[in-house]
Amino acid sequence: MKLSLALGAAPADGWRRLSTRRRLGLVLLGLLLAVAWLTPWLHDADPARQQLTRILESPTLAAPLGTDHLGRDMLARTAAALRLSLDMALLSVVSAAVPGILLGVIAGWRGGWGDRVLGGLADACLALPGLLLVLLLAAIAPGNFWALYVGIALVLWIEYFRVVRARTRVLVASPQLEASRLLGFGPGYLFRRHLWPELAPQVLTLAAFGAASAILAMAALGFVSVGLRPPTAELGLMMTELLPYYHEAPWAMAQPILALCLLVLSLNLLAAKETK
Amino acid sequence: MDAINARRFGSRRFPALGAGLGRVLLPRLLQAGLVAWLVGTLTFVLTRTLPGDMAYRIAAGRYGHDMVDGAAAEAVRTELALDQPALLAYLSWLGDLLRLDLGRSLVSGAPVIEELGHLLGHSLGLAAVALLLSLLLGPPLGLAAGLRPGGALDRVSEAVASLLRALPPFALGLLLILLFSVSLGWLPAAGHGRSAHFVLPALTLALALAAVSSRVARHAMVEVSGSAYYAFSRTKGLGERLSFLRHGLRNVALPIVAYLGVQFVTLIEGVVVVETLFAWPGIGHALVHAIVARDLPMIQGTALLMGLLFVALNTGVDLFCHGLDPRRRQP
Repeated sequence: MKLSLALGAAPADGWRRLSTRRRLGLVLLGLLLAVAWLTPWLHDADPARQQLTRILESPTLAAPLGTDHLGRDMLARTAAALRLSLDMALLSVVSAAVPGILLGVIAGWRGGWGDRVLGGLADACLALPGLLLVLLLAAIAPGNFWALYVGIALVLWIEYFRVVRARTRVLVASPQLEASRLLGFGPGYLFRRHLWPELAPQVLTLAAFGAASAILAMAALGFVSVGLRPPTAELGLMMTELLPYYHEAPWAMAQPILALCLLVLSLNLLAAKETK
Repeated sequence: MDAINARRFGSRRFPALGAGLGRVLLPRLLQAGLVAWLVGTLTFVLTRTLPGDMAYRIAAGRYGHDMVDGAAAEAVRTELALDQPALLAYLSWLGDLLRLDLGRSLVSGAPVIEELGHLLGHSLGLAAVALLLSLLLGPPLGLAAGLRPGGALDRVSEAVASLLRALPPFALGLLLILLFSVSLGWLPAAGHGRSAHFVLPALTLALALAAVSSRVARHAMVEVSGSAYYAFSRTKGLGERLSFLRHGLRNVALPIVAYLGVQFVTLIEGVVVVETLFAWPGIGHALVHAIVARDLPMIQGTALLMGLLFVALNTGVDLFCHGLDPRRRQP
């Protein structure tokens, strides 16, 4: 119910109106959310606790997904890494979307020098490939979650700004908005009644893509060991750590890869447009 | 009079290749300047915010950690004028950048420019092979799928593309290593030297790129084959092949080429990760190493080079589109 609302469809027949692809994405994302947040309730293990007598164990009742090279519980670690990725995705998407949409509406509505300044700022942020900017910010504060977050949000807001600005410019010139304005409605009503219903689907698609790229960026930096530091359970970092033990524990190696792949897949499916 | 009119009409209908070139090149030139300023400023902030005394750090980089004492650090401090106020230091930092004086690597001691010269060749080689491979894989597959939207090939290629897009390049590369090097033993897992070393990193990048470009090509093909001008070219009697070559190809190519600009982001980002994974001696690998080793001049140099490479590749795409699409040359 809540999720179908989030997709901008009416809650009653929201599910039926979704495409198969989006349904699949929603189910997959729901499953991953459940694994991430229910695991600490159902399986009480510290993701950082080492047990050097029990390294690289196969899945057992005590450790349902086995243990890693330091005897840490893989289920707890994978769930913790999923939570971290989803936190980062939610945080960076929200803090990129809100200013992006606000500034986009203002720039598209008012135009003038403010529009030009904001457009220039967006171009400046796009001058470097996103990951490079995040990498440089990560270098300033190594291993810091917030440095990564600032970098990712700084890259993501531009997309919202550009799309919202372009769409707003068209909508502001439309006769229905003109009519509402002549009737004396204020900007708040005009936004709710005319702009947001048009913008919402695009913004939600951008949000799903943005979440996927935030997750991928963090994992990529973790993978090349310039992101978060051990012993944090982070998907990219876990892959690097477990790679040398591929022969002894392929199931352990497979978990972060599978978790990342499914997470990104579910978000991509949610963002997918109908194909002709 | 007629001649003038004819010429004017002529130039309006078929603008010369050179027309409007400034509009293409000027923004890119600005972007290049912006990249240099952004990278320079960020690395300058980096020099000032890293913990520890800057003079000691540079002296340790130069002479080795055992050879540093207060005198050596003082010598470095006066030599590089590290005690001047931040604003002055920032201006002289940017001045050095403007003169392309990137300093020396703190790790190897060699001038950064020289190091970059070696690295760039390797990275460009890898990027070129990957791009070529992706263009051989993606667009032809997309065009074939777009000829029959909803057909078996379309569905299969879409499923594969969605899966590949969900797999980030490093995970994809990892799986390829495990399959082709560890299990099958056909190809070297990492390193550089023989042409066999090219296969896996280039394939990793190419698959990531082709996953997107095949879908772009498919949509472009569907768009073009559903258009009125394409239907007209068929009804006026052109065969399938001729109408594709004369009326389809350019219009299909335009979005594919334009989308390359977006894909270069993937390529540059992929180069950082894939080079690190495959121990490829290029700029991406060097950037990661420089960050781990806190080698500031190298961080600045490699990031700058990657940024400028990104701008240069995009300029190439702009110019290609400019040549491909006469509408863009119109005033």
